[in-house]
Amino acid sequence: MSTLPALAATSPVDEVEESTRGMFLTMTVADQLFGIPVLAVQDILSTQRITRVPLAPPEVLGSLNLRGRIVTAIDVRTRLGIPAPTEKPDEEENMSVVVDHDGELYSLVIDKVGEVMSLPETDYEQKPATLDPRWQEVSSGIYRLKDRLLVVLDVASLLRLDKTRAL
Amino acid sequence: MDDLLRDFLTETAENLAILDVELVRLEQNPNDPDLIGSIFRIVHTVKGTCGFLGLPRLERLAHAGENVLGKFRDRELLVTPEAVTLILASIDRIKALLGHLERHEAEQEGSDQELIDQLNAMATSQQKMGGGSGDRAGGGEATVSAAEAAPDEHGFVPVRADDTAALQENMKAAAAAPPPTLPAKPAEEPHAKAASAGASVADQTIRVSVDQLENLMTIVSELVLTRNQLLQILRGQKESAFASPLQRLNQVTSELQEGVMKTRMQPIGNAWAKLPRVVRDLAQELRKKIDLQMLGAETELDRQVLELIKDPLTHMVRNSADHGIELPADRQSAGKSETGTITLNAYHEGGHIIIDIADDGRGLSIEKIRAKILEKKLASEVDLIGMSEQQIMQYIFRPGFSTAAQVTSVSGRGVGMDVVRTNIERIGGTVDFTSRAGRGSAFSIKIPLTLAIVSALIVECGGERFAIPQISVIELVKATPTSEHRIEVINATPVLRLRNRLLPLISLRKTLRLGDYQIQANGTAFIVVVQVGNATLGLIVDRVYDTEEIVVKPVAPILRAIDVFSGNTILGDGSVIMILDLNAIVAAAGDVTNQISDRQPAATTAIGRGEMKQSLLLFQAGSGAQKAVPLALVARLEEVNRTSIEYSDGSPVVQYRGKLMPLVPATPDMQTGGAGMQAVLVFADGEKHMGLMVDTILDIVEEKMTVDLSGKRPGFLGTAIISSKATDIVDAAYHLSQAFESWFDADQGAFESNGLRRILLIDDSPFFRNLLSPLLTVAGYDVTAIETADQALRLQESGVAFDAIISDIEMPGMNGFDFVTKVRTGQAGWSKLPIFAMSAHATARDLERGRQAGFTDYVAKFNREALLNALSETLKQGGSPL
Repeated sequence: MSTLPALAATSPVDEVEESTRGMFLTMTVADQLFGIPVLAVQDILSTQRITRVPLAPPEVLGSLNLRGRIVTAIDVRTRLGIPAPTEKPDEEENMSVVVDHDGELYSLVIDKVGEVMSLPETDYEQKPATLDPRWQEVSSGIYRLKDRLLVVLDVASLLRLDKTRAL
Repeated sequence: MDDLLRDFLTETAENLAILDVELVRLEQNPNDPDLIGSIFRIVHTVKGTCGFLGLPRLERLAHAGENVLGKFRDRELLVTPEAVTLILASIDRIKALLGHLERHEAEQEGSDQELIDQLNAMATSQQKMGGGSGDRAGGGEATVSAAEAAPDEHGFVPVRADDTAALQENMKAAAAAPPPTLPAKPAEEPHAKAASAGASVADQTIRVSVDQLENLMTIVSELVLTRNQLLQILRGQKESAFASPLQRLNQVTSELQEGVMKTRMQPIGNAWAKLPRVVRDLAQELRKKIDLQMLGAETELDRQVLELIKDPLTHMVRNSADHGIELPADRQSAGKSETGTITLNAYHEGGHIIIDIADDGRGLSIEKIRAKILEKKLASEVDLIGMSEQQIMQYIFRPGFSTAAQVTSVSGRGVGMDVVRTNIERIGGTVDFTSRAGRGSAFSIKIPLTLAIVSALIVECGGERFAIPQISVIELVKATPTSEHRIEVINATPVLRLRNRLLPLISLRKTLRLGDYQIQANGTAFIVVVQVGNATLGLIVDRVYDTEEIVVKPVAPILRAIDVFSGNTILGDGSVIMILDLNAIVAAAGDVTNQISDRQPAATTAIGRGEMKQSLLLFQAGSGAQKAVPLALVARLEEVNRTSIEYSDGSPVVQYRGKLMPLVPATPDMQTGGAGMQAVLVFADGEKHMGLMVDTILDIVEEKMTVDLSGKRPGFLGTAIISSKATDIVDAAYHLSQAFESWFDADQGAFESNGLRRILLIDDSPFFRNLLSPLLTVAGYDVTAIETADQALRLQESGVAFDAIISDIEMPGMNGFDFVTKVRTGQAGWSKLPIFAMSAHATARDLERGRQAGFTDYVAKFNREALLNALSETLKQGGSPL
């Protein structure tokens, strides 16, 4: 990719230390593979007791207690505009990834947590312009994996909710 | 030594130490706007503080220094070594003066004119900046060395302002120069001096950073939560070896918590300590007479919050003194006393601290604000036409808005109301204000008690639990269909009968969009009666749990837009719970009424004097417009079976609570016969009841209304626009007299033999005169209702006798306070009469003022029971009428 150096410079990955550069935690939402920079991840949780917060944006599932800290749970599925599965298998456990953003903890509720992958910069691609605007907004790029594509989520944009509601 | 002075010396010594470092940094980075800004602020603070403390010599010097820095900031003047030297010289002089001040507790005699002249010369003309001015400054060795060293070391040379190329060259040169060693010297030397100067004072106290205390508080909060969790576990175990040590831990934790809280709590009076001086000096400077009243100075609040509101408060008080209060001559010609009053009042309300700053000055001039908005192009003329006065007034909070025509040492430089609002909002507070031309302005600051550990009632609603600050909770009511307390519905609006009153209810489920309120299968509902501001109302919840101590934590930024929550916390069982902000909940529930009134044409929303927002019961009766009656007058809403209506002497009556209650149709053309249920509004007065028959009850609304009295018909006070519809306002007096005619005639003799007590009622609002006269008449008083205090005084002169006087406070012409003072000093017959003040505003302050003015008692306008009780109590004690 001839545009790669420029891209890398604007990517948030750039700020990550050399050793963990290109390290991503993968996860799936509605069978799509996503990745977030591993350094942003604080914790991985299985299903938690979540307190609903009335009047909150639809993306906010509620608040939960993580070792004495209050964490806001975000439903990544809703955030991405993916409708809830029509027949939701009962008791299938959701997972969540806790991230730190500006000193506040957020728990990103997703379907499944994958593994930590080190991805070479050569596999990095710009997100296609035709991507759904919601996805455009929250992703910073795409990695070509052998058999599938991984969408890199930008945590800061993911947590910027007012914009989505304005759309 | 004076506490104020000590604080000032410690603070200023610290500030100056920072300044030394910053100025040298500035010399190295002359174009760093942040740096210039921060230096400017420090000097501004020093200047301001000197102004407060009455240190004119220091203030003048700092002012001149600030002038130069201001030019730096606005890029009108280049930062040159000479300029920095001159500033440093001023700083050194300030230090010398401070040293003297600390030793002698008085400002040193003398003049700094030569230094001020130099500073002013620099501020006014950048062309004249030749070398050597720094040498002439001669403020001390340090500055001279700085002046010599800086240009040599860095290759700084004086440059002309327009010669930017040269400037850049120089900057590059400066940047390329090796790390400066010498400039550190002038920085260190004054530093050392400051330290030695400040030591004697600074040693006596330990200054702990707020962050440190903050951190401590957070840790203790966590400890408290963990302890709560442990105790919860313990409760579930019958016998445990941990019981005893846990009790001990519990106790120690509580003590620790209290101790740490104490280190952070300070009476708000500390933030006010400087204000009397500020106001005094301002009054002298501006040749005004100002009286500063401070109430609630003992109200404690978090140290951090205190620090943050200090400056906004000072600014607002200065504003009031500077812009609000008029010159004595102007005040006199406006019919006010020469001395203006600024009142500060602090108190706790519903988990918040409210600070009111009110003055009785000229108020805000809408015209001036409007002109300023246009001048600053903040809004167009067309926009302004569509705005209400309140909306226009809000512009004073916009950045860059200042009605002060010129910059003085009083009003400051561009540090305006926008900064005040920003600072208050930063700590989660709000600023509200009202202003009436000619009568003054009142600001109300509301600050939440963040970080405080509060007691909260845990309730359940829609399957989730919520915390309600215990401080707002008055009582808990379990409503069942069979008990005295039950929920009734008027046009889908639930209300509760509670001790002869109708209590408005808010469905928490509905407000939180969790569905509507549910009455359980057995008809039970739980109601939390809360006090919000002046209003009492009930919250319908699903279940009520225990009270629990909670630590209020701010909600995540992502949820901050939801105003019904003031915070969240973790309960003893480890779950997260949202804390309700009752003010916001009431506001959210009241949305509907506001929306309706917003749609009204502007002309009808005009609020007349004496017509405040009140709850009205809307109903339909007969043909014609919808009708309304003040809810305060209605004791109950009943439905009676029409077949149970009997006729006595041709008038309809119904058996009600073991007695006969007269029924009166709201309009003569109403159909009241036939079968089915008849809706009745019950007016009660002690044991006497009267039922007003209506067709359907429509709604309860809370609105300000203007009654048009022109088309008066019997039974109606007039018409008003309510919920955008023409509405007939029912004259309760008329119907009461209709119902009790016979009763009244029969008992009249008895009263006369006793001597009917004569009451003089003074109220400028015809609405209230009409409202109260019948109430008092029915209660057995002979009422004379008049409009103004002047009329009352004429009655006094002509020797008319009364047993008691009830007077409104706010009236055109003479107000209630002045009236009572006049009466008390007047003719003997009246001077000892019981006189009751009646006002919509019945705060503790009003009460006190009322008592001082000579009122016997103070009664809230809508509280008729209190009024009647006060009357009968007082007259009973007073013995025979005069």
